[in-house]
Amino acid sequence: MPVDEERRKAIAVAAAVGGVGVVAAAVPFVASFAPSERAKAAGAPVELDLSTIGPGELKTFEWRGLPVWVLRRTPEMLQSIKKVDGEVADPKSVRTQYPTPEYARNEFRSIKPEYLVAVGICTHLGCSPTGPFPGGVNAQLGNAQGFVCPCHGSTFDLAGRVFKNKPAPDNLPVPPHKYVSDTVVLVGDDSKA
Amino acid sequence: MAEHKTTYSGLLGWIDERMPTLMSEYKKHLSEYYAPKNFNFWYIFGGLAITVLVIQIVTGIFLVMNYKPDANLAFASVEYIMRDVPGGWFIRYMHSTGASAFFIVVYLHMFRGLMYGSYRKPRELVWIFGCLIFLCLMGEAFFGYLLPWGQMSYWGAQVIVNLFGAVPLIGPDLAIFIRGDYVIGDATLNRFFAFHVIAIPLVLLGLVVAHILALHDVGSNNPDGVEIKAKKDASGRPLDGIPFHPYYTVHDIFWLVLFLMGFFAILFFVPEFGGYFLEWNNFIPADPLTTPSHIAPVWYFTPYYSVLRAITSEFMVVLAVGLIGMAALTLMTISNAILRGAIAVGTIVVLLGFFTLDPKFWGVVLMGASVLIFFGLPWLDQSPVKSMRYRPGWHFWLLIVWVVAFLILGYLGTQQPTPTFTLISQVLTLVYFAFFALMPWWSRMGTFKPVPERVNFKAH
Repeated sequence: MPVDEERRKAIAVAAAVGGVGVVAAAVPFVASFAPSERAKAAGAPVELDLSTIGPGELKTFEWRGLPVWVLRRTPEMLQSIKKVDGEVADPKSVRTQYPTPEYARNEFRSIKPEYLVAVGICTHLGCSPTGPFPGGVNAQLGNAQGFVCPCHGSTFDLAGRVFKNKPAPDNLPVPPHKYVSDTVVLVGDDSKA
Repeated sequence: MAEHKTTYSGLLGWIDERMPTLMSEYKKHLSEYYAPKNFNFWYIFGGLAITVLVIQIVTGIFLVMNYKPDANLAFASVEYIMRDVPGGWFIRYMHSTGASAFFIVVYLHMFRGLMYGSYRKPRELVWIFGCLIFLCLMGEAFFGYLLPWGQMSYWGAQVIVNLFGAVPLIGPDLAIFIRGDYVIGDATLNRFFAFHVIAIPLVLLGLVVAHILALHDVGSNNPDGVEIKAKKDASGRPLDGIPFHPYYTVHDIFWLVLFLMGFFAILFFVPEFGGYFLEWNNFIPADPLTTPSHIAPVWYFTPYYSVLRAITSEFMVVLAVGLIGMAALTLMTISNAILRGAIAVGTIVVLLGFFTLDPKFWGVVLMGASVLIFFGLPWLDQSPVKSMRYRPGWHFWLLIVWVVAFLILGYLGTQQPTPTFTLISQVLTLVYFAFFALMPWWSRMGTFKPVPERVNFKAH
């Protein structure tokens, strides 16, 4: 029997329309993987009180489930940052993978040199580095002061800048933040209003 | 259709008249599946792998009856299983020991394939299904490891999901999409639970069936690498074949008993196996704000993890030299003009990528390649004979060098990174890849011994 071209065409059209339906049905399944409205809402800005942090002390706060570090740096600690300008991979924080906010794109990576506000998550594979270590204590840091990631050995200075030739490509991210008073920082919102 | 006349009596006859498939499949895969008579110790691991699979499925079903996939409840529910559920500790330790046992058995099963060329024509599909099973196992192990919601669960998942963050452009968004949140959280735990208990097991079972069906279509290889189907008796049975059941079922059961003795010795006396089967840090509940001071994946992932850690920006130069060397060698060997052009262009593109994209990305690529390269073996191996028995002696030693490199990489992956350890893992990463990448050349070299027509076999 000869092939009925009309019917062949009808089959092709039916298959194509059916295929579109299958693809359309797949959309909500794929979309269900994205963060839910509840997860998004949990990402609201938080206020951090800096008044309880002693000189040289690091305090960890939580924002969006991430550890946000506030390190109150002593003048001696700030000196240690200046000393390693030549040893860090991106001293001016110009890389764009984890863009540093403009107000923190300076040597100390902060609005006020005294306080470093950074997300304590290594830009390599997301472990939380330990520290701050003073110089000459940690084998991987050598004489430099800073943080060490326990997972793959990336090291960071006290401004969260990654040292050269380490697995982590970027400096520790600086979250969007602003001072609402002298000792209170709002993390998650840096609008000027 | 002609009516099926059964030769069985009683209940079996009643069934056979209504569903002849049962007995015909039993014959095809067991009582009349002719396996080479010269199988040795190395042929027990397929059967053992099926046993462990059954252990994992049965214990898994019982664990799900008490486990709660909820970030607030998961850790406590596992401890509840361990302390309060009658027999719960036994079921859970069987499942955790089974996970490691699965990888031990599968690694030895794959080593057998490497030794006797079991992936060579006509068994390429058997090997590919096997590699896919291996990938599924890795997925099962990874997704399952998050469920106890301990510190290692949490930070291990954090590291692996962030691997996808290394993909240029879409990376960070992709990582959020996989987690379903900005950090590993309840959403991540729930979806990993779904993958671990239903999605991957279904795929895995399908692949196991495909692996065995493909094997039974072409027939098993053997330590001599001789095709037993080439020499058949008058009734069409291979002269060197014996029915799988009862001969190899009994053989396998003997080794299964010994295996289970070891399995339960570990389960009863050292269930954590010194922190290798269950890591110490996983007895601490997940804390998103603190990474444990030392994190390492479970032992079966550590060789690939070492490869990941070995890729630093200084090492990229060495990789570039290696790539150029490979390209030069390939260009000298291949004469097809289009292929040569494609190789030259491909090499230049990858070389540019080496120095424009982050080393972190290439670490992820090479880690993936260290697993996926197994798929290529049937075509990388160009040796004229299958079995190591008839290949030049140094071929076998090369394989042993690779195995040692694999084991040392595995050891280094469990350790803290130090400059010396990183250097060693960089050298061994090169050894690991050179073994496969240069295989099309070295596997043809040397003096091969004549392969016998029939298998070597001495009756006991």
